[in-house]
Amino acid sequence: MSPPEPYLGEVSRTPVRHHILSVLVENKAGVLARIAGLFARRGFNIYSLAVAPAESHARFSRVTIVVDAESAPLEQIVQQLDKLVNVVAISDLAPRDAVERELLLATLPLDYKHRPAMLDTITLAGASIVDVGPTSVTVMLAGTPAACDELERALEVFTGVELHRTGRVALPRLS
Amino acid sequence: MQLTGAQALIRSLEQEGVDTIFGLPGGAILPVYDPLLDSSIRHILVRHEQGAGHMAEGYALATGRPGVAMVTSGPGATNIVTPIGNAHMDSTPLVVITGQVATAAIGSDAFQECDITGITMGITKHNFLVQSAQEIPRAVAAAFYLATTGRPGPVLIDVPKDVTQSMMDWWYPASVEEYDLPGYRPEVVLDEGAVARAVALIAESERPVLYVGGGTLKSRAANELLVFAERTGMPVVTTLMARGAFPDSHEQHLGMPGMHGMYTAVTAIQKSDLLISLGARFDDRVTGKIPTFAAGAKVIHVDIDRAEFNKVRHADVAIQSNVGAVLTAFDAAQAMPRNLDVWWKTINDWRDRYPLVYDEPTAEGPLRPQHVIEAIAAKAAPGTIVAAGVGQHQMWASQHWKFEEPGTWINSGGAGTMGFGVPAAIGAKVGRPDRTVWCIDGDGCFQMTAQELTTARSEGIPIKVAILNNAYLGMVRQWQEMFYEERYSEVYLSADLPDYVKWAEAMGCVGLRARTLKEMHEVIDEANSINDVPVVIDFRTDAEEKVFPMVASGASNDDILVHPLQRGGRR
Repeated sequence: MSPPEPYLGEVSRTPVRHHILSVLVENKAGVLARIAGLFARRGFNIYSLAVAPAESHARFSRVTIVVDAESAPLEQIVQQLDKLVNVVAISDLAPRDAVERELLLATLPLDYKHRPAMLDTITLAGASIVDVGPTSVTVMLAGTPAACDELERALEVFTGVELHRTGRVALPRLS
Repeated sequence: MQLTGAQALIRSLEQEGVDTIFGLPGGAILPVYDPLLDSSIRHILVRHEQGAGHMAEGYALATGRPGVAMVTSGPGATNIVTPIGNAHMDSTPLVVITGQVATAAIGSDAFQECDITGITMGITKHNFLVQSAQEIPRAVAAAFYLATTGRPGPVLIDVPKDVTQSMMDWWYPASVEEYDLPGYRPEVVLDEGAVARAVALIAESERPVLYVGGGTLKSRAANELLVFAERTGMPVVTTLMARGAFPDSHEQHLGMPGMHGMYTAVTAIQKSDLLISLGARFDDRVTGKIPTFAAGAKVIHVDIDRAEFNKVRHADVAIQSNVGAVLTAFDAAQAMPRNLDVWWKTINDWRDRYPLVYDEPTAEGPLRPQHVIEAIAAKAAPGTIVAAGVGQHQMWASQHWKFEEPGTWINSGGAGTMGFGVPAAIGAKVGRPDRTVWCIDGDGCFQMTAQELTTARSEGIPIKVAILNNAYLGMVRQWQEMFYEERYSEVYLSADLPDYVKWAEAMGCVGLRARTLKEMHEVIDEANSINDVPVVIDFRTDAEEKVFPMVASGASNDDILVHPLQRGGRR
């Protein structure tokens, strides 16, 4: 019998039932570890995570977590998170109630053969070129997670692409 | 006033009303042990840091006040991880102070360095790494506040050596606002709507059961429970963590539910139409197979911790509150179930058919462990506190001892920590020196933490330890007999190695042994006559004795296995 393939995790794509938790936390050492540790030990899945200082206060940070609401009931995730002493407030956004945006950066090698197709792809996606080197360019797309997904898929046909995404941030929808 | 960080730490503990610290010094915590000499706080010098943690737990469980332990960095800190995890599982208020290497050395793999705040992140309610001496009072005040409010639990304060050695201007937080805990709000407002919905569910109920958990003891609601139960006439079950919350002698008490619960308590829950959970958490040892647990019952779930709602079992009505306030609100609303005569007739029929039984003891031995516990209980002063380790002896103690008041049963429930008994009994005796404290222990458990009897002797803490010595890791042996075709793998310990009497004597305790019924009565009387030093009794018990009733792991509570003596007449 051949050994089983090593487990590499699920293919990373937005879970069907995902929720966005916008979590205000105290800006103290180890807070992110507390959140990550809680998710790990309770078996909750994090799809993406973005952290930055909140508003103008140095005292608080905002953590935007996209959770897989299939891995555990959302109520459990929120209530357990709320028990962390450093967590100050949690707002839970269903995707339909949120404005979500994400930033994608990709560096593409510009070989002569693929250059027109690449430039078409970039233009069609609404991405912009933010850096140019002798043999490659870096493009940026700030858009909905779906738009970023689309560009990522479109770039899959080219080889040698290095691509980073920030994970999304979100605010409640006004309209 | 200028103080060193170490002086400020001791002074802060005094401010919090601490009368006892359980601990053991070492390099990183050394500065704090110096001002301790000038303090009124009693320090109990343990022989192993695990002992300090369990003693602090025993103290907390017996008194309702937070237990305090202090140890050094590195291995001192990791040795107390088990008690911290234990306290976390059982929501026991604990403040643990650990020394840490100097701030500049943190992260350098310094001698006796370990990341104890990282290690205990998942098993503390919260922990602090104190960054400056000026912050010590706030950290201590916040730690006690966190440990004792809301759902209680262990809080760890890690204090680097340079922090305790540097100077600070003494201050102490005057109010909660100064604790700097913007994310912690333990006060809850009772949801009147939820109370009204619960009262309506109670009014429809014909077969209610009050499912009383450890939260009832933590919220000191035993009196409210008695009033509510007697007014409504509902049957009561008390979980392993709630023994003593309702008198065992009370006619409405059906005993403990769960894997080794009373047949009547387990079955009444199964057949109930309304389960009123009071500070319980639907632990797997209570529910058995979850889909078949009380399948026909609606659930009113009362807990101070919202995260318990719908975690295991859907709550038809969830009320976030301490238990006492809800019961008082139920009484004020005159919550009343339907006529319970038929329900009680059914329950009493179960009680008549399936009382707690065990095989008749024989005069020449080996002793029946259940009989030993009943004999100790029969000769014990009222209000005696019982501590236990984990395993068969723990279940027998919970089943056969009659608990009448809160704080008299000290055990490791959620974590199931072997070796808990002896140090927890010592801590309980320190907290309640007016009470007799018995530790009902197993031979396996005793060997894990017995060294603390040296502590007990040298500090003048006269506990009594009953080792139910069946020469085996008895609960494991029971499972191997029942579920592994009697293939006994690594469970035999020997009744004679170690020699428990000599070991007890070597630790300055009185060591006694009983093999026959006559000896059993004699040694219990002798132990009861000794009140100045710890006593250890080696009771030689039957290795084949098993704990019944039993719900096999993962089985439905409907398939509860009663004692072999009772199986003939069933079904």
